[in-house]
Amino acid sequence: MAAKSHEEEHPNKAFGWAARDQSGVLSPFQFSRRVTGEKDVAFKVLFCGICHSDLHMAKNEWGTSTYPLVPGHEIVGQVTEVGSKVEKFKVGDKVGVGCLVGSCHSCDSCSNNLENYCPELILTYSAKYHDGTITYGGYSDIMVADEHFIVRIPDNLPLDGAAPLLCAGITVYSPLRFFDLDKPGIHVGVVGLGGLGHVAVKFAKAMGVKVTVISTSPSKKQEALEHLGADSFLVSRDQDGMQAAVGTMDGIIDTVSATHPISPLIGLLKTRGKLVLVGAPAKPLELPVFPLLLGGKVVGGSGIGGMKETQEMIDFAAKNNITADIEVISMDYVNTAMERLLKGDVRYRFVIDIGNTLKI
Amino acid sequence: MAKSPEEEHPHKAFGWAAKDTSGILSPFHFSRRDNGVEDVTIKILYCGVCHSDLHAVKNEWGFSRYPMVPGHEIVGVVTKTGSNVMKFKVDDRVGVGVMVNSCKSCEYCHQDLENYCPKMIFTYNAQNHDGTKTYGGYSNTIVVDERFVVRIPDGMPGDGCAPLLCAGITVYSPMKYYGMTEPGKHLGIVGLGGLGHVAVKIGKAFGLKVTVISSSSRKEREALDRLGADSFLVSNDPAKMKAAFGTMDYIIDTVSAVHALAPFLSLLKTNGKLVTLGLPEKPLELPIFPLVLGRKLVGGSDVGGMKETQEMLDFCAKHNITADVEVIQMDQINTAMERLAKSDVRYRFVIDVANSLSQSQL
Repeated sequence: MAAKSHEEEHPNKAFGWAARDQSGVLSPFQFSRRVTGEKDVAFKVLFCGICHSDLHMAKNEWGTSTYPLVPGHEIVGQVTEVGSKVEKFKVGDKVGVGCLVGSCHSCDSCSNNLENYCPELILTYSAKYHDGTITYGGYSDIMVADEHFIVRIPDNLPLDGAAPLLCAGITVYSPLRFFDLDKPGIHVGVVGLGGLGHVAVKFAKAMGVKVTVISTSPSKKQEALEHLGADSFLVSRDQDGMQAAVGTMDGIIDTVSATHPISPLIGLLKTRGKLVLVGAPAKPLELPVFPLLLGGKVVGGSGIGGMKETQEMIDFAAKNNITADIEVISMDYVNTAMERLLKGDVRYRFVIDIGNTLKI
Repeated sequence: MAKSPEEEHPHKAFGWAAKDTSGILSPFHFSRRDNGVEDVTIKILYCGVCHSDLHAVKNEWGFSRYPMVPGHEIVGVVTKTGSNVMKFKVDDRVGVGVMVNSCKSCEYCHQDLENYCPKMIFTYNAQNHDGTKTYGGYSNTIVVDERFVVRIPDGMPGDGCAPLLCAGITVYSPMKYYGMTEPGKHLGIVGLGGLGHVAVKIGKAFGLKVTVISSSSRKEREALDRLGADSFLVSNDPAKMKAAFGTMDYIIDTVSAVHALAPFLSLLKTNGKLVTLGLPEKPLELPIFPLVLGRKLVGGSDVGGMKETQEMLDFCAKHNITADVEVIQMDQINTAMERLAKSDVRYRFVIDVANSLSQSQL
């Protein structure tokens, strides 16, 4: 018996844009969403951020992509239906979904509000859901997700600027908290001023932390200091500047996903300082052991955050009026946006205006 | 014109030194400074042979200066104390480890972290404040600032205690700092040598479940029956390694050769910590995905401060922990170094300085 087509798989029609192959080029795609189960929340998608991971996945750069692939895990919208056992949301609420739509709910990680580290976590797109079907992300008109994986967007946050917080935001917020880089008096370096980096600067400043942006582009200096509020700016190729900053940072959040040398970054850390990688280079990096040992330093990683912390992050952003700096685009601009993203040509996140421009 | 090592300081001293990158040691006459107001003079009884001594005599790290008298696991007795010395008196049994001085005024020195002081001075192959070279414990006497001397607890054998002054503190400090002390948690120890075997003993004293991870199965019985490890994992056995994925809270990696970290990262649970203590001459490959997807971390640690070194010795005394040693004569040192290079020792050589050094002068 032939497998059901994407349109027939589930009862409710849906429409979005999908990549069909490793070229990563996206085009209109008819598919379907499941019935709103008793614990599910269905919502009309209004905006979806374009995360660099969407680009990696659309092109199968990590080898895990299933086509057709509807990307998008920085999704915000308005609730249209709630299941009978849903307690936290009602129709009309402004909500969001990030990178996760399922987990096992019984392992150590899940029991500790760390669904993002659950060995059976289910990603928002290109993953296998509990019912065996493939998940489709937010470059689409509607979403259905388990209430556990939905966050509330407070009224004072503009939806378009809030969307990127659902991945970029939590990805930098979580390690700032976990590695104790969130108190006044602490000095944090942020490597890379892109989607993740610019939000990291905003969060860290709101936490009272001194922030130095470390970038390969001198052209971003004025932005960093005047617009984002960073305290200082280091060009990573400037030997003198880097030398002067040796041993000055309690921690560094490294957002760069390309292969790059971490030795100079380890040098910037104080004794017992922590280098936290949140970008995920595909190949191993070189770890010089002497500097690690002689300074008792640490290299760690962090991946998004659990659902409880994601809500906490959104509430923190609302309280401090933090949103991402975005360029709103129409759905049919998405392939051009992807090409520009590849060159880092965006300040600092594209957000698709799904509500107004996704049309069949 | 620079003074010769014999004339540099007022008090004659004798030891064995490496003269070049061959690393071969031979008798060497030099001198020690006057005992200053805060110094103690120590007649050396034992000195452990640390793998770092081997790296250093062969200039494997590129900063060796010859002639070099190695040795930073020193046990001896006090023969003289300066007028300001408060903690020690003549005849006390004491130890000296990896450092002999620091700036004493920076934030690290103030936090009892002399090991992280930017001006910390190593026991050998470093430069004193007066510009002269430091010489280590493969010698008959040493003069050290009292702050860098620890008391050897009563009842502890001098030879078994010597290796604790480097190997012991090197594993104890990160175990405390990275929180590897919760009873019931699971610690993996990579490499069963000088550092590794002490880590097993200290790990068991903390109430941890301990798995020894080694590249060969020949150490299994030792690890389980004699050292008290709970289990043994052969790192070259893919099936056994896979079965152990995601089971360890912490890993102490004592291997000093260049080696792959990826398999050990897989053994860690989420939020697991791998602390690397060996000093390979080249960088290691660090895969980032496991760090990001599991919030794991790789940390380093370098011996420990003086307060913590004393705390470690007292902890070992309380739990009857000493190193497993093979005592050798001074003139056997070159053979011992060759055997150490092949890991042919259970688990530390210790030079019986008091009973064999002066004889080697003849």
